[in-house]
Amino acid sequence: MKQIYVGLTGNEAVATAFKQARPHVAPAFPITPQTEMMHKFADFVADGVVDTEMILVESEHSAMSAAIGSAATGARTFTATSSAGFALMWEVVYIAASLRLPICMPVVNRALSGNINIHNDHSDAMGGRDAGWIQLWCENTQEAYDHALMCWRIAEHKDVRLPVMINYDGFIISHTAESLHILPDEDAWKFVGPKDLKAGYSLLDMDRPITVGPLDLTDYYFEHKVSQIEALKRAPKYIAEVYKEFGQLTGRHYSFFEEYRTDDADLVIVALGSTAGTAKDVIDAQREKGVKVGLLKIHMFRPFPAAELAKALSKAKVVGVMDKSASFGGWGGPLFNEIRSALYDLPARPKIHNWIYGLGGRDTDTKQIVSLIEQLQAIAKGREAETVNLLGVRL
Amino acid sequence: MAAATTEIRWHGRGGQGAKTAAIFLAEAVLDQGKHSQGFPEYGPERRGAPVRGFTRISDAPIRLHCSIAEPDYVIVLDPTLLDSQAAGVPDGASDDTVFLINTVETPANIRKRLGIKGGKVHTVDASLIAQECFGRPIPNMPMIGALAAVADVITLENLVASLVVRFKKKFSQAVIDGNVTAVERAYKELVSE
Amino acid sequence: MSTIPTSGLNEGGIITEAGNAAEFKTGDWRSNVPQWVPENCIHCMFCWIYCPDTAVAIDSTGEKTVMTGFVFEHCKGCGICAQHCPPAAKGKAAIVMVRDEK
Repeated sequence: MKQIYVGLTGNEAVATAFKQARPHVAPAFPITPQTEMMHKFADFVADGVVDTEMILVESEHSAMSAAIGSAATGARTFTATSSAGFALMWEVVYIAASLRLPICMPVVNRALSGNINIHNDHSDAMGGRDAGWIQLWCENTQEAYDHALMCWRIAEHKDVRLPVMINYDGFIISHTAESLHILPDEDAWKFVGPKDLKAGYSLLDMDRPITVGPLDLTDYYFEHKVSQIEALKRAPKYIAEVYKEFGQLTGRHYSFFEEYRTDDADLVIVALGSTAGTAKDVIDAQREKGVKVGLLKIHMFRPFPAAELAKALSKAKVVGVMDKSASFGGWGGPLFNEIRSALYDLPARPKIHNWIYGLGGRDTDTKQIVSLIEQLQAIAKGREAETVNLLGVRL
Repeated sequence: MAAATTEIRWHGRGGQGAKTAAIFLAEAVLDQGKHSQGFPEYGPERRGAPVRGFTRISDAPIRLHCSIAEPDYVIVLDPTLLDSQAAGVPDGASDDTVFLINTVETPANIRKRLGIKGGKVHTVDASLIAQECFGRPIPNMPMIGALAAVADVITLENLVASLVVRFKKKFSQAVIDGNVTAVERAYKELVSE
Repeated sequence: MSTIPTSGLNEGGIITEAGNAAEFKTGDWRSNVPQWVPENCIHCMFCWIYCPDTAVAIDSTGEKTVMTGFVFEHCKGCGICAQHCPPAAKGKAAIVMVRDEK
């Protein structure tokens, strides 16, 4: 298939993919750095390129509420948010997953206030990691575009039917124009396909009336939560299927996590998002100096591929987990905690250390990653080190 | 760093088009089969605030996602930034760094103001060219024209072709013609050491 | 406590049987009980609209829908029907609350 080589910002790329998926409804409320994505999508609607009903609401809480109402009718629905906007929609984010509604939502990752900061870190989405959504993370505009097409196939799969959150770094990806390949509209549509409006139940089906979101107390609530847990357990199988089909179509092959030069690596960095790209360049330079270092970049953080990660990291001597969010009063960041827990049952565990970095958009340059690798080398040689560390901050 | 990546850092003030230039150039080089990245640094959004923009151009896919600390090219859209420590125009420059300054001054004077010994300094009065060609002192497009004269990242022909295609969506033929003339003039009127 | 396992539940906890509140008998206790006085009833249907459950029985098969009495297995004795019953006929209301003697 012939693809188109273009330069787009992350926001433009995601808006383009959503246009190609022909959603029925998009409730929207602006927040930096997500706003530009909805702007671009609204352009497509205004130009008549896509026939989506946009609902301009008065808050993110309303945006997610409207998305839930829309998705419960069976309509293909998305909204988007960042930071404080995500925090404001909190209670309804959980409801979307509880009702098993296949809503797709980019979370254009931005620091949470205070003080007010518009730049990137992962504290917004990390707070929502237990909300019951599938969480996919992207390194660059290409991955953001690709996931914005694939998310529909995952969310709407009859054996999944869960909302999907696509994470890409605010400004670093959302506002950076990068070269990427996009599919022609008709090929993208062929891949995504129309939503099966007859599947499941619809709020608007007068012949099969339903009640959505009833009171659910001690007698049934627990079982309903278990059914959500089971749905997330089933999801990886179908996510892998969609990844495979997309790879065959485009030549861009995804998996739950990407392993970069880890085959013989003694030292492995684990990261999410755009920093993974910077780390790859640093790793190439370190490899030339003979340092056996690799990278494991996670695409699928929810559901968490614990067994697969344990296997992949089992051969390393030292694992350095990078967290772009702090867990105040906790012991290390969320990614670190889950990785460390996943490795606990290995007969021989690597040493696992954590680095909190890049909060509030602090530039994470190659020097910081070199310094991290040097610390990993020292730990491998037996030097005592703190379990939880900081990177790129004044002390 | 991966070989053959050209890193360009733009210094301007809000309203002078540093962001637009950084992204425009990134998109313009795609037609030459290059990989690219263009992004601004977002701070307080007011007219006149110092703004930095970044462009990376490479033959290979670009994976770096950090700002440019050691630029190959530094392009200054506003000469008042030369004396601003906060703007940091010479920061991270090496003996190979090429400076392109929008100014009426000579390269020798600029070298003194920047306090640099190595590198190369070129100047061009891009604000005047912009004013004369399309009636507004927005120097970003002529500065890309000047860059085409000293850097092996885009040819003048490709730059003009890309400008015409991209501006057509937004601007009148008069504005497009004015910008094309401005780009061509800056390409020729560049003063080198 | 229900005996239905997780696998037997609807996805997302939706309820697919319309009007299944009828199966949930809520009227097993009350201190006051509404009494219908048919000769005062103008069949305005206010009681039917205001009843928070389904305790007002009606017959809608004829030309005009008429009230036919109460379904006490859904009546909690809240008295809202009596509050809203207009004393239209001869100045007397058609629903009065009396003490439940059971």
